[in-house]
Amino acid sequence: MNGTAGRLVWLIVALVGAASLGVVALSRGETVNALWLVVAALCTYTTAYRFYSLYIANTALKLDGGRATPAIRHNDGLDYVPTDKWVLFGHHFAAIAGAGPLVGPVLAAQMGYLPGTLWILVGVVFAGAVQDFIILFASTRRDGRSLGDMIKSELGTMPGVIALFGVLLIMIILLAVLALIVVKALAGSPWGTFTVFATMPIAVLMGVYGRFIRPGRVGEMSAIGLVLLLLAILSGQWVAEDPAWAAAFTFKGETLALLLIGYGFIASVLPVWLLLAPRDYLSTFLKIGTIIALAVGILIVMPELHMPAVSRFVDGSGPVFSGQLFPFLFITIACGSVSGFHALISSGTTPKMLENEAQARLIGYGAMLAESFVAIMALISACVLHPGVYFAMNTPAGVIGTTVDQAAQVVSNWGFAITPEELAQVAKNVGESTILSRAGGAPTLAVGMSTILSSLVGGQSMTAFWYHFAILFEALFILTTVDAGTRVARFMIQDLLGTAVPALRRTQSWGANLLATGLAVAGWGYFLYQGVVDPLGGINTLWPLFGISNQMLAAIALMLGTVILFKMKREKFAWVTILPTTWLAICTLTAGWQKLFDANPAVGFLAHAKKFSAALAEGKVLAPAKTPEAMARVITNDYVDATLCGLFMAVVISMLVFGLLAIRKALANPRATAHEVGVGGAAVAMGDD
Amino acid sequence: MARLSPWGMIEPMTAQPQALPFAKLVARMANLMVGLPDYDSYVEHRRLNHPDQPVMSREAFFRERQEARYSGKVGRCC
Repeated sequence: MNGTAGRLVWLIVALVGAASLGVVALSRGETVNALWLVVAALCTYTTAYRFYSLYIANTALKLDGGRATPAIRHNDGLDYVPTDKWVLFGHHFAAIAGAGPLVGPVLAAQMGYLPGTLWILVGVVFAGAVQDFIILFASTRRDGRSLGDMIKSELGTMPGVIALFGVLLIMIILLAVLALIVVKALAGSPWGTFTVFATMPIAVLMGVYGRFIRPGRVGEMSAIGLVLLLLAILSGQWVAEDPAWAAAFTFKGETLALLLIGYGFIASVLPVWLLLAPRDYLSTFLKIGTIIALAVGILIVMPELHMPAVSRFVDGSGPVFSGQLFPFLFITIACGSVSGFHALISSGTTPKMLENEAQARLIGYGAMLAESFVAIMALISACVLHPGVYFAMNTPAGVIGTTVDQAAQVVSNWGFAITPEELAQVAKNVGESTILSRAGGAPTLAVGMSTILSSLVGGQSMTAFWYHFAILFEALFILTTVDAGTRVARFMIQDLLGTAVPALRRTQSWGANLLATGLAVAGWGYFLYQGVVDPLGGINTLWPLFGISNQMLAAIALMLGTVILFKMKREKFAWVTILPTTWLAICTLTAGWQKLFDANPAVGFLAHAKKFSAALAEGKVLAPAKTPEAMARVITNDYVDATLCGLFMAVVISMLVFGLLAIRKALANPRATAHEVGVGGAAVAMGDD
Repeated sequence: MARLSPWGMIEPMTAQPQALPFAKLVARMANLMVGLPDYDSYVEHRRLNHPDQPVMSREAFFRERQEARYSGKVGRCC
């Protein structure tokens, strides 16, 4: 496909993409078909990959296919293994794709499908995929070192420590918000709770099988696990319909939160082969399988989007999250557009397995495009729902009440006409007692997915099965992240404490282990519990904090990329990272500022605290608090959240300053100063242009 | 000789590493997704580079990799 023919094909791809995007953007009819969105996304991805990522690969970074990668130089058959690029693509994709791209777009759907779509597409092309690519490249040239290590060596020790501290805070908030999503999905749902509880004995059984009966047979143990899991979903219906069993598996949010906190502690100190690893296998394969099933479902069913292109809630008064389109849309959708967390993965195991540096383009840039497509599918799943159902599911009880009559009335008044019967019918179809105020994204996604998948397989009678399948699939990999994340946070805490008391760094010591695990669990547990008792549903408060922190990490990673480009004397091309760094810094700092100081108590933490303090001083009790003590707790939480938000901002600002200092130093030096290892294959010295 | 791939990369026409058969590719991908690199490649590597040193059995290899995956160095994504 040389020359003219090739150019013609790409011209057609670009035109088809532009036309589809035009339909998506300008359509003002009743509905628009989801296929337009899919085509627009795929054309955007392929065109961006063909042209922009190629520019970054060949011109900005000058990838050197002849340079020996860490996998080649340190090959040990274990950590450092030269790996087929498609095999590694799968590994990298499975590591970056988590709950984030499924939840953010669902929440952002309150503003209509258009703002979210545009940010997902533009964000991934110019920010997210660029970040993943550049960090993978940088780490590959540094023996596969971690983000924190690279910041330490390129920017200095102090920035390194600050970044590490920032990462720890993100971990805590991430774990809290993910755990909250599970609690929100399971509260008052015996079917869902039963199936999720059932995953524990199933995982233990798999663990024992893979350890003692048929050691190392991952395929066999996963197949057994999958069959048992499907049985658990089917028997969940029976549990939900039996009054005694249903009562045994019906929990309030508070109880579930405490159970989850205790579970998190135990699971992360148990040997990994018993619970964590087998469930990880199950959740990884289920995740990949479900993503493929959803893609097939959307392509075959071709559902119509019922959500308007742009809803009235772009003005910031939306019930799902408060705040205006700018900056809050850009922090609500993180994963799928740009996620700082990926910088940790791109500087983790992947760079140690890259066979050829030139493949960093496919794996860094390409895998992120695939994750972005997952976000588009999540957005589609939320938007195929009747908007009335969407808002009834995502609005806190404090606003829409607790009965379908009240909810239908409130939501209809917003202009999304729906009847109480319709709301009751949706709950009945999915086998739940109610769908009202199930904020958090997971249940909404599950209803959307069950709509699509039941049109594909099983029809109406399978809707409830698919709903609980979707809930289980999300809960399963969220819980795996909670376990694994708690362990990561524990090691980080041990590392940080170890700088003061070296004895605490010993990972073999039970005392140090339990102390650090306890601190990690207490950290996310605090925010989880606060979220569960939050009148506005918790997600409203915690998701923006998570978004701010995740985008903050992305800004730090892209700042590192910028500094590296300057140190390589490739500053002419540094705009590829300066552009997204600037945008993310503007978004996180504006969002942080508004969360702190906005006069609207629904947005600003301090305004909210002030409102409650004033009421408390007058002896009044504001809902949802029922006692003066509860009022005091709300105020404390506000100040804790405000402090955290302020810390995030301080981290961003200080990293920007350190970055600028490093750039100035690099500019003053006529020689390339990047700390790379290894030798270029083309006999070209580093930084030579 | 070189040719331009549809994705814009200049690919040498000379001997490319043998592409994996599809079934093998999927199996390796699935294993690596859960942190398990290819055992045969490991054995081959040990045989070629460290012929005098012991090689882990398949079971030991599995256990070693399983422990390493959760040793806390690498996080999981959101």
